[in-house]
Amino acid sequence: MSSPSPQPKPPRRSLLETYFRLAPVTVPLYAILVACLAGSLFILGAGANPLVAYGALLDGALGSPDRIASTVARSTPFIIGALAVALGFKAGLFNIGAEGQLLLGALTAAWVGTWSWLAGTPPLLAVPFVLVAGVVGGMVWGFIPGVLKARTGAHEVITTIMLNAIALGIASFLITSRDPALLIDDRASTPHTREVAASVRLPTLVEGTGLHLGIVLALALCAATWFVLQRTTPGFEIRTVGVSREAARYAGMRVDRTVIVVMTASGALAGIAGAAEVIGSGSGYLTPGAFTNIGFDSIAIALLARGNPLAVVPAALLWGALLSGAPLMQVEADLSVNLVRIVQALIILFVAADAIIRLLFRIRAPRGVDVGEPAVFARGWGG
Amino acid sequence: MSTTTTERDEAPKLTPARPRSTRTNNLGIFFLMLGACVLWVSGRVPVEDVTLVFGLGDLAPRLPIDPPNAVLAIGLLYLVAGSVALAKRWTGRYATVALVAAAVLFVPLILILSVSLGTASQTNLLPLLTEALRLSTPIALGALAGLWCERAGVVNIGIEGMMLASAGVGFTFYALVGGAAGGGWLIAAVLVSVAVGGLLGLLHAALCVTFRTDQIISGVAINLLAIGITSFLRRQVLLPLGVGTGVTLGAVEIPLLSSIPVVGEALFTGKPIFLTMFVIFVLTHLALFRTPWGLRVRAVGEKPHAAETLGINVIRTRYQSVVLGGLIAGLAGAWFTLETVGSFEDLMTNGTGFIALAALIFGKWRPWPAFGGALLFGFASALGSRIQLLGVEVSGFPVPSQFLQALPYVVTIVVLAGAIGRAVPPAADGVPYEPSR
Repeated sequence: MSSPSPQPKPPRRSLLETYFRLAPVTVPLYAILVACLAGSLFILGAGANPLVAYGALLDGALGSPDRIASTVARSTPFIIGALAVALGFKAGLFNIGAEGQLLLGALTAAWVGTWSWLAGTPPLLAVPFVLVAGVVGGMVWGFIPGVLKARTGAHEVITTIMLNAIALGIASFLITSRDPALLIDDRASTPHTREVAASVRLPTLVEGTGLHLGIVLALALCAATWFVLQRTTPGFEIRTVGVSREAARYAGMRVDRTVIVVMTASGALAGIAGAAEVIGSGSGYLTPGAFTNIGFDSIAIALLARGNPLAVVPAALLWGALLSGAPLMQVEADLSVNLVRIVQALIILFVAADAIIRLLFRIRAPRGVDVGEPAVFARGWGG
Repeated sequence: MSTTTTERDEAPKLTPARPRSTRTNNLGIFFLMLGACVLWVSGRVPVEDVTLVFGLGDLAPRLPIDPPNAVLAIGLLYLVAGSVALAKRWTGRYATVALVAAAVLFVPLILILSVSLGTASQTNLLPLLTEALRLSTPIALGALAGLWCERAGVVNIGIEGMMLASAGVGFTFYALVGGAAGGGWLIAAVLVSVAVGGLLGLLHAALCVTFRTDQIISGVAINLLAIGITSFLRRQVLLPLGVGTGVTLGAVEIPLLSSIPVVGEALFTGKPIFLTMFVIFVLTHLALFRTPWGLRVRAVGEKPHAAETLGINVIRTRYQSVVLGGLIAGLAGAWFTLETVGSFEDLMTNGTGFIALAALIFGKWRPWPAFGGALLFGFASALGSRIQLLGVEVSGFPVPSQFLQALPYVVTIVVLAGAIGRAVPPAADGVPYEPSR
């Protein structure tokens, strides 16, 4: 042991340096704080007490084990949906279409789940089958903008928004149409699809809270996505395309193919989110307005997580907590639930404009190499 | 090993991969297939006569049409146009002309088909046109808002939010102060709407120009903020007021022009924001292409550092353009609540801001072509509701209203992907500006 070790010792970090390394975490935390402070201006403007309002919000989200379970249940589709958006970010693609992809996934799952032969199939086969159906639905809706982007240069921000509206029309038609009765349960007074078979339902984890096995699926998908992106060759290719298309092309990577694959995979993930909600949540059928805004919230969550597949989980939990705590706040502080929408927008705003937070709290910008890849790239409309 | 070495020695292609110029070919094949479908359909069109009317009154020209033969003729024309496009090597620029003509033929084809399949026996084209113009107002104004921002190098996908916020705040002001009962408060409310748009433009400029935030995220944040603030305002302020549908801006007649027979009354009577839109288009064109300031805006959007070298204040120019864009988006928001509907619903802009961006890209960042794009989408919506009105039935079932409402969105995708080619945005669009030292 007397011979000097050939490897240099890792440099010791001072406490200060560790703090700066944590900047990616501290900035969002401060952003949440500032957003809540700014949100309290709206609460004061509506003539309520911010402390009472935020107290009720916290109580409603985390006040009891059952409420915590409800919050987690609320966050489950957000985790998978935000993961879909984050995957797009990694390749420099802005998939606003999670909303439509999720809806199509839910629609195919709700349709396939009613197939009669599935009722007699063991759940171990039937559940994955329906999930795969949801994947296919989402994939189709992700593949279209991907192929349009790669082949014609049509920007995915516009095409996916248009596809969202089209998906909404398709869903509304298939669910509510009575004259050619398609998916509608004709015994029900309010239009909804027929209930899926009992064998395809995801088991509930906490009785009476809606928390189902989908949360395990969501966490597994996050870990898998992180592994693919960080530890495999295709993942490296995706990240390279995200950082610089020109560099990726120079290195001989097939940029167009990556764009199509990532958009399709992103749509597939969103499709799982929709399918898991249909077969996991209480009703087991799809109503016309179901899952509104889950896709759009997922975008905000992915931004909050800065496109990191693992950071998506806490970000989605925060989102779910704000939404599931809001009704109690409405009762106790007499405030519209939409207040949390304002707080959420402010969080995104301050996370995006981290320069403001750094200015307010004197956090130094991380230096050079430590930054890694930026979360999203505004590239205009050209590439 | 030797093969890998040679492969490595080959210089990788540096030129960016562009799609091969097969667009004309693809469109040609598409129109050939469409022509075949139309010919097949023409044998199944009901024989009852159809009349197309253009204008109001007895003087209006009427065009009686025999549906099967007309559809047959259009189908043959599609076959010709497709062949001309496929033979581009010999037909040259006639290929493009043929494609444009084929695209225009869609309109009579759809109209003839829907009238003959519907319950009515005639349809008037003039109201369809004016309705298309009216519906394209917010899209065109939104496209102009985007034009000002993006010509200065700032991508703005927050136009949707700017419209929604100004529509909501403007109407809440109108209901709160003026009881939504018209009069001077209505004008004041329009000004409030415009100001709200300008404020959000200022926010976008501050985030993108001063804090160099990612411009797309800033736009998303503005959209979210607008949804939150308007729905909060609606629950806390607007609904407790209990105001019903308010008085909206009344129609204005342009003297002389509106008394032209047949077309005057329909074309030259309009509501104020609709008419203002044309003025703003002319002013934008003049300001952007005929004034030194417009030249500066364009320079800042193309090569900010070169502009800086010439003594142009890049930051100030970007602020001016983005705020101006916000003001125009605010006027578009006022169109929804104060000129058209007379009340405010959550999310009532319904994606118009994004369609406006598509129109802007369609017009390749130029005012009048962008107006053309807006008109195309307005026409798609107008056509959708006209088909619904005509009660069109296909094989015994009415065409689902959801599909007709989705028509503008489908048109947007088709146009973006198929018809316009690769649109080249201003060079510095979306790039945060860092002043050189």
